[in-house]
Amino acid sequence: MTPDAHLTPVIQLRGLTKVYGHGAAAFTALRGIDLTIHRGEFVAIMGPSGSGKSTLMNLLGCLDSPTGGHYDYTGIAVEKLSLNQRSLLRRHAMGFIFQGYNLLPRTSALENVELPLLYRGVSRRDRRELAAQALDSVGLATKLKNTPAEMSGGQQQRVAIARAVVTNPSTLFADEPTGNLDSITTREVMELLTQLNHERGITILLVTHEDDVAAYSHRTIRVKDGLIDSDRLHTPSAA
Amino acid sequence: MILNAFLLALREIRRNRTRTLLTALGIIIGVSAVVSLVTLGGAAKEAVRGQISSLGSNLLIIRPGNGVGPRVSTAGVPLFTAQDVTIIGEQIYGIAGVAPVRSTSFNTIYRQHARRTAVTGTTDNYFAINNWQLAQGRLFDAADLRTGAAVCVLGDTVRRELFGDADPLGAKIRIGKTPCTVIGLLASKGQAGLGDQDDTIVVPMTTLQRRLVGQQSINDISQIAVSLREGSDPQATSADITRLLRERRNLQPNQENDFSVFDTRQIADTLGSSIAIMTALLSAVAAISLIVGGIGIMNIMLVAVTERTREIGIRLSIGATAQEVLLQFLVEAVTLSCVGGLIGLVLAFGATYGLAALTHLSFVFDPQINLIAFGFSAAIGVIFGFAPARRAARLDPVDALRHE
Repeated sequence: MTPDAHLTPVIQLRGLTKVYGHGAAAFTALRGIDLTIHRGEFVAIMGPSGSGKSTLMNLLGCLDSPTGGHYDYTGIAVEKLSLNQRSLLRRHAMGFIFQGYNLLPRTSALENVELPLLYRGVSRRDRRELAAQALDSVGLATKLKNTPAEMSGGQQQRVAIARAVVTNPSTLFADEPTGNLDSITTREVMELLTQLNHERGITILLVTHEDDVAAYSHRTIRVKDGLIDSDRLHTPSAA
Repeated sequence: MILNAFLLALREIRRNRTRTLLTALGIIIGVSAVVSLVTLGGAAKEAVRGQISSLGSNLLIIRPGNGVGPRVSTAGVPLFTAQDVTIIGEQIYGIAGVAPVRSTSFNTIYRQHARRTAVTGTTDNYFAINNWQLAQGRLFDAADLRTGAAVCVLGDTVRRELFGDADPLGAKIRIGKTPCTVIGLLASKGQAGLGDQDDTIVVPMTTLQRRLVGQQSINDISQIAVSLREGSDPQATSADITRLLRERRNLQPNQENDFSVFDTRQIADTLGSSIAIMTALLSAVAAISLIVGGIGIMNIMLVAVTERTREIGIRLSIGATAQEVLLQFLVEAVTLSCVGGLIGLVLAFGATYGLAALTHLSFVFDPQINLIAFGFSAAIGVIFGFAPARRAARLDPVDALRHE
């Protein structure tokens, strides 16, 4: 699936800015980002720490509010949405994977994966079934009852992936998903993401600072000092 | 959405056993401490009040010496005579009965049981004047008094200590060296407040004088008990008695009284004001316990904030709205607080009921303090369980997730 074949824009940014703090202590993390991402793309966002790549990711995922500029998500003007409306947008269209997994502690893998379905109002029976399927698809069919503390980092991240895609989101946001993993589990996780992108056509935005992780994507955007430094398409080399 | 909130809240409560336990424990301790203290205090108050009413409310007690309490020196002060008693009975207006009282401490023995107890010599009027009820047998009468019969009437404590479950009526006990037949048993007046009133043996005055003490002087009545007729004025009566006794004791106008007339109503009033102090003290203790319990609850709730803020961030990031998260936390806080509060009330009920039984106090259920303690603790639990959630749910998810 190459981006050229599908030119439906999912994300369109124009002059997006983010300033932290006020007055003299203010820090400009993003200075005006223009960016278009199309359906089905697998995009890696790279850059040195402090470059603003995580800020960009959080804004795209509606986890944070932009200071200025325009953010269009499939025709919705995100910057005009309330906190609640953004929650609903995340609920219905987005999935998230974090570096620190962010699973609920003392909660079984199955219940963690069920959670987004619960907020969507899916019935108990369907929740169980969909969550079990999602865990099966990430290779954790035998770990349904395990809590995060009973699983390795790679397994936890796969639970997080199952939780992110169980609702069939159109976009998946992954913030340094392999940052805490060794090279073997990194490969497993990245292959899983590639598979989701290929087989289910999920648009993936991935923040990383590792070149070999970014190599799984079709497109690499480099951010530097709050601006896009480079943006190039390439053939995924590792998949 | 409400159903979901309940489901999620109950799941969290079940899952985080330590946090649940600690939170509930704060509330349980807060509620049960306050309720137990105040309930026991109330029971003690009731007991004192009961003791006062069991004294017989319109009773005057005349003692030699001037002043109140056991430290008053009576050395060199003459006691009263049998004639004093007779004349008070004949000349004072408005009295229902008068009895001489002489108390001495004796070792009393029945078989292998012994007890040192106050033995009171008096007349048959004494029982009515002091509100003693007969439980079994008979009281001594004028004939016993006249002859100085070796008979005695036992208070409930003495009966229990000397006889246990055996039947004392007709048995012979030894008071000092003298055998005495038990002819009657007094109904218990209960204890606490004024000490154990049931720890007593009552014998005819003549028996005490002739058989037990072995001397019969005329100046040997240590106390005179006078009961007033319904509606008569205790102050006027005690003034009359004072005048009469001053005359009989040949006191000059410039001499102070060498005896005192106590009005038990006055003693009751004094005790009443002690009760008021006790009540105030209890309220203060209750308030402090509530505050301490409340701070305990706050602590546990605040300690959980970091973890819970992250949890809120996670929930928001996977699509929960702020209202959904808040509702869940509210349900959690209310459930924990109410369940904790109810357990506290039950514990307090059990503890106070048991302690009241152990200490022979009567159990008094005070709905007001139960409500106040429950309401206060539950409110703190809800406020401090919910307020951090409210703050966190207003954040952008990324800020909640970042919370360390």
